Amino acid sequence: MSATSSGTVSRRAFLKASSGLVIGFALAPRLAIGQDRPAPLPGSLNANRMLDAWLRIDPNGSVTIFTGKIELGQGIGTALSQIAADELDVDLKRVEVVSGDTARTPNEGQTAGSLSVEHSGTALRFACAEARDILVSAAAVKLGAPAAELKVSDGAVSAPSGTGVTYWDLARDTDFKREATAKVKPKPPAEHRWVGKSIARRDIPKKFTGGAAYVQDVRLPNMVFGRVVRPPSPGAQLLSVDEAAIRRLPGVVAVVRDGSFLAVAAEREEQAIRAREALARSARWGETESLPPAGDALYRHMMSSTVPGETVVEKTSPVVAAPVKTLEALYTRPYQCHASIGPSCAVAQWQDGKLAVWTHSQGVFPLRAELGKAFGIPPRDIRCIHAEGAGCYGHNGADDVALDAALLARATSGRPVKLQWMRDDEFMWEPYGSAMVMKLSGGIDAQGNIVTWSHELWSHPHSTRPGASAGVNLLAARHLAQALAPGLPADVPQPAGGAARNAIPLYDFPNVKVVKHYITDAPLRTSALRTLGGYANVFALESFVDELAAAAGADPVDFRLRHVKDPRARGVIDAAAQRAGWRPSARGDGTRGRGFAFSRYKNLACYCAMAADVEVDRKTGRLSVTRVVAAVDAGQIVNPDGVINQIEGGIIQSTSWTLMEMVRFDRTRVITRSWADYPIVRFTDVPEVEVVLLNQPAERFLGVGEGSQGPTAAAIANAIANATGKRLRALPFTAERVKQAMA
Amino acid sequence: MASFTLRVNGEPRTVSVEPDTPLLYILRNDLELNGPKFGCGLAQCGACTVLVDGKPVRSCVAPVSTVAKGRITTIEGLGTVDRLHPLQRAFIAEQACQCGFCGNGMVMSAKALLDRTPRPNDRQIKQALNGHLCRCASHNRIVRAVHRAAEELRAAGRRGAGAPPAEASLSNKEMRP
Repeated sequence: MSATSSGTVSRRAFLKASSGLVIGFALAPRLAIGQDRPAPLPGSLNANRMLDAWLRIDPNGSVTIFTGKIELGQGIGTALSQIAADELDVDLKRVEVVSGDTARTPNEGQTAGSLSVEHSGTALRFACAEARDILVSAAAVKLGAPAAELKVSDGAVSAPSGTGVTYWDLARDTDFKREATAKVKPKPPAEHRWVGKSIARRDIPKKFTGGAAYVQDVRLPNMVFGRVVRPPSPGAQLLSVDEAAIRRLPGVVAVVRDGSFLAVAAEREEQAIRAREALARSARWGETESLPPAGDALYRHMMSSTVPGETVVEKTSPVVAAPVKTLEALYTRPYQCHASIGPSCAVAQWQDGKLAVWTHSQGVFPLRAELGKAFGIPPRDIRCIHAEGAGCYGHNGADDVALDAALLARATSGRPVKLQWMRDDEFMWEPYGSAMVMKLSGGIDAQGNIVTWSHELWSHPHSTRPGASAGVNLLAARHLAQALAPGLPADVPQPAGGAARNAIPLYDFPNVKVVKHYITDAPLRTSALRTLGGYANVFALESFVDELAAAAGADPVDFRLRHVKDPRARGVIDAAAQRAGWRPSARGDGTRGRGFAFSRYKNLACYCAMAADVEVDRKTGRLSVTRVVAAVDAGQIVNPDGVINQIEGGIIQSTSWTLMEMVRFDRTRVITRSWADYPIVRFTDVPEVEVVLLNQPAERFLGVGEGSQGPTAAAIANAIANATGKRLRALPFTAERVKQAMA
Repeated sequence: MASFTLRVNGEPRTVSVEPDTPLLYILRNDLELNGPKFGCGLAQCGACTVLVDGKPVRSCVAPVSTVAKGRITTIEGLGTVDRLHPLQRAFIAEQACQCGFCGNGMVMSAKALLDRTPRPNDRQIKQALNGHLCRCASHNRIVRAVHRAAEELRAAGRRGAGAPPAEASLSNKEMRP
């Protein structure tokens, strides 16, 4: 839906709620009314209802917008400034963006789930439309002309008579300290000047010129450098360490030992690194075999869990004919890493019992609350300020390193500490994307239509972020002498879902059952990796659709279209097939083939379909993904190049997950330590990518950041099957596995 | 501790450090240059790349004593926001990153490539950058950016002037906020 219809729907909801209030007023005693919840407002306005939380207009001609969502290379600052500039009628250059600072910005929770434009963009759109209305009304009074006759150009309001006044003149007497009403209708798309255009991202120039762009670039006076020494394995306990010897090393300022938490601060970074090495050599640990079996045994181990299956959805249509053919298949996904290029980093400083932390956390407010719990101090005594890190793709070590830095900074007499993890800290201790097992079964009727469908899955948690549960979800907390345990994380509820994200088919199958085994007893720490369970579930679902299509002797694209009514789903399927030059029922030639896949991320966000071309070297097992053509419907598009960048990046990243990536471990230790142990795609492995955008200016924003990962895995698997007749069901498709399958 | 006078981006800079200190920490912490990044400390990812006498060097594992006599160039030495090097301009024009953390290494190795191969093909660019990891997966944009910069540098060469045209090569006006 567009700005307009977005307004309409929201207002409808609003009116509905208000009329509810009115009736309540008439019928209920006064006391009950006070207990009524306030009318819902669109996007994040609902939880941050004051206009001045979102924007400020200053007499000096500047416009500042505030957002709780943070830049992580997805271009959110630019997209939000486009939305604000359009609603306010100001030049884009005027708009400053302040984001992710617990002292200055609204609390919008985590920047996650491909929701920033939906949440923050919607809020800013309504807040800025209302602010413009307030300013224009004030101008009308001042100019003695009806507001409807006034025009605004870059903040200058003019009347038909030629008289005028600017926002900056009006700013002093305009009070945005008022609750938003969301009653001012945002502009129709035809009037957008910035939204819908590929505006260059504002964060990029400094990134290519050595500007201060990242938390790693924060330098404070008198700052020292910190490193942490983690246990060698998840089950290890620190037995002994010679702290005194380490304190005598050059430059060492502090050594902190608290239970099994060990960290060191030094005047110079290389001194901190050397002291870390010395500490690690000196430390004696008691280790236990706490990890599950690896390889195929891991999946058997997960499936043998005593956690009962929970029905996520069950749909039955008793009138449908019994299937004439049924299939069953088991798909697996290993533990996988976020593997940020820059290890996690934070800067922390204690002053007068108050803590300041510069962090690349995706949620400064939840982090603040968690740090408050860890230190037993009220959140008001903590300020968390966001600065970018390397791309994170979900919950990596960003939050954990903030606690590490804060713990170490308690020992540096008020001196700020910049603590960066080393490469092995990140690989061994970041929370992984959970291993998963998906058991699919389904049947087709005599006409070759799917009549029964079942998807049973086993998974560990996909969100153990700060704030996801009681307890303290920061790594070091569990290593302290007074250990603070992480809480028991609940699964992300449907309809978005966590473990079962995208497990419910969007196809119109008459009988569907989805069951999940949500196993919270997780010997390896897991949390949100881009798409949560969506990547593995779409891999399984869309692979299995192709398996059934083959059983029915149907073309994969035609088969999908036969089973889906949603016109927007059909739209992307058609567009991707057409642009890719899909040839119905074309067979691969033994080494080259093409596969298709579709999903709507979370069944709520953008629609994405794609065709992938692969080449298989049957002798070596080497697999190349040569080309991917995708079509995306993300509703109204704010920044087309930004959308393409996300979808394209997602396709290539998912190609990497799908072909190469797997955390390795034995029964005691994680043995993935460096890039040598965890290869990812390089330039020579990367497919050509083409993205077709189906802009829907009359539809609301749909998140795109995670739209392409799931379909990519399935399209590759389907292409391999198309090329060679062999079906790969265990991720990743390493050369060794491909070779085995071809034998 | 020993004293080293380094030539960084054309300027002499004196530091007092242990001879085996990796160059990266001197650049980032003593000279406060943000360009070179710590990515792995193992010479595996390329984020820390600088040029020493025109050749790409992984500064995270290069002891200062081994590079002290060379001409060291960091991305700051190529150009500034106001006066961009054609490579920087091309990476911005192609929006060739998401997080940008790998961008320093990409630009620096591309610089070394274009210095010796002014008209590279796709394969040469990919080979030259294959030792650099990018996790956001901007690879295809990066390859386009290197082609774009090569074109601009060749055009400048044809005009006989070393100086790149001012902001002109941003073809799409909307690409500039």
